[in-house]
Amino acid sequence: MKIVVCMKRVPDTEAKIRIDASGKAIETTGFEFVPNPYDEYAVEEAVKLKEKIAGSEIVVLTIGPKDSATQMRKLLSMGADRGVLLLADTANLDSWSTARLLADALNTIEHNVIFMGKLATDTYDFSIGAQLGQMLGLPVVTQIVKFTENGGKVICEREVEGAKEVVEVSLPAIFTAEKGLNEPRYPKLPDIMKAKKKPIEERAVTLPPSKITFVKMDYPPSRPPGKIVGTGVEAVPALINLLKNEAKII
Amino acid sequence: MANDILVYCEQNQGAFRKAGVEALHKASEVAPMYRGGRAIAVLIGSGVSALAPKTGEYGAAKAVVIENDALKNFSISAYSQAFAAVARKIQPAAIFLPATTQGKDLGGALSALLETGIAADCTAIRLDGGKLFVTKPIYSGKVYATVQFNSSPAIVSLRPNVFPAGNPDTGKTAEVEKMDVPVTPRESVKEVVPTGGGKKELTEADIIVSGGRGMKGPENYAILEKLAALLSAAVGASRSAVDAGWRPHSDQVGQTGKTVSPKLYVACGISGAIQHLAGMRTSKCIVAINKDKEAPIFQIADYGIVGDLFEVVPVLTEELKKVL
Repeated sequence: MKIVVCMKRVPDTEAKIRIDASGKAIETTGFEFVPNPYDEYAVEEAVKLKEKIAGSEIVVLTIGPKDSATQMRKLLSMGADRGVLLLADTANLDSWSTARLLADALNTIEHNVIFMGKLATDTYDFSIGAQLGQMLGLPVVTQIVKFTENGGKVICEREVEGAKEVVEVSLPAIFTAEKGLNEPRYPKLPDIMKAKKKPIEERAVTLPPSKITFVKMDYPPSRPPGKIVGTGVEAVPALINLLKNEAKII
Repeated sequence: MANDILVYCEQNQGAFRKAGVEALHKASEVAPMYRGGRAIAVLIGSGVSALAPKTGEYGAAKAVVIENDALKNFSISAYSQAFAAVARKIQPAAIFLPATTQGKDLGGALSALLETGIAADCTAIRLDGGKLFVTKPIYSGKVYATVQFNSSPAIVSLRPNVFPAGNPDTGKTAEVEKMDVPVTPRESVKEVVPTGGGKKELTEADIIVSGGRGMKGPENYAILEKLAALLSAAVGASRSAVDAGWRPHSDQVGQTGKTVSPKLYVACGISGAIQHLAGMRTSKCIVAINKDKEAPIFQIADYGIVGDLFEVVPVLTEELKKVL
């Protein structure tokens, strides 16, 4: 089984995000980049599939600057075999262009199964899986919580509003991972050492013109200062009064 | 030509999804000012045509309906082929979708099929000098980006519960056009199993009562459920409550869960970690009940009670019963 995991690096959840002097982008220093949390579910599922089917290979594919290799090594330490890094300045990369570059690269990387996170926690786009599927003419199932491969077919489950869907597709196909799909493993020290020697192939790519532009970035509007209504049950009548007469919600 | 806004009117078991109505209402406001166009509803599925004229009540000038058996269940490939056919025929200026599971799937797929840009999960839409600008929270809501489109049609998905649905104008009906589009689904939906026993969907709820680590165990959510039932609210949970196995992941609010914007969010025993705030900071009113007066949730809450939720919540429920 040839498995590809698409990865994106994102600022650590706790990172303090600062808008840069241009007002159109963020400062990219002062915090750690980590693999997108949802991509860890993706690579875990890939490793489980590889463990099930002998002779499988897992390639991690990403777009980014040279030091994206650091985040890629984390996924390699979890059990992926090698990396392909499309070298580009991703500051102005929109989801369509990202999918286009990934699709072009995937045309040169053998694949039966493509996994990725359901969204990246930086841009919250939810789009790459669906875009790639149409660009490559492949089935796509997004936000899966269960994956079962059997003889070239996959049955998976996903949670949608008020229901669970059971979806079947034939491989090759694309799957985007939701939290709950599995429990990503913690790489052990020997795995981390081994990952340092795994090959990462760098490829130069030309960015297509972006289909959307971030023309401005702002900090979120600050919420009006809240008030502590009081302490303990004695504060309940005051809270109800405020909800009724000030916020006018109840 | 190139001045209308197409809107995906998602329906479920014979009724519109609220988020789809919100997208339609917004499109009906924006379209005339944008390029002098109209809002056109797009309905896809099997047995959906009965709903089509009703889109007029929410501002659609026209409804395009694509029905066939291959569209009975949602699949990314088939639904996007159907929608793309409408877009190629009408050549809209923009496409609005609700940022629901279907809307997000469809938006991405349409971006690829129509080779155009998408801004997902937007919280504001405005026109300036004849150009469309949308606001999109990024980096877990720590930054709001203003997005401009360099391609057409502009695809925008709208965060549920942020845009008003408007009041239906019951006198109006939309002109209905049926289109026949052959589709070839690549995904096959075998089963759709309803979950949650008809409980309120978090992203659509007007009120959410949410519990975190302070709940101390799964059995204690009963007190939140009582309050929620009284308020017709949905029950949410923080990541630590979900990771502890107290609540299903589908109840999780936050960066690795759902993003919600209810009218009222009641956070009980939730400290207010940044990853939780990412999922609920666009709520219109936030109430926090927490023992720790230093908890970060109090910085974002409109109203806070410092106290033991096990004492406060039951009294709140009883007192509310008297006034509701």
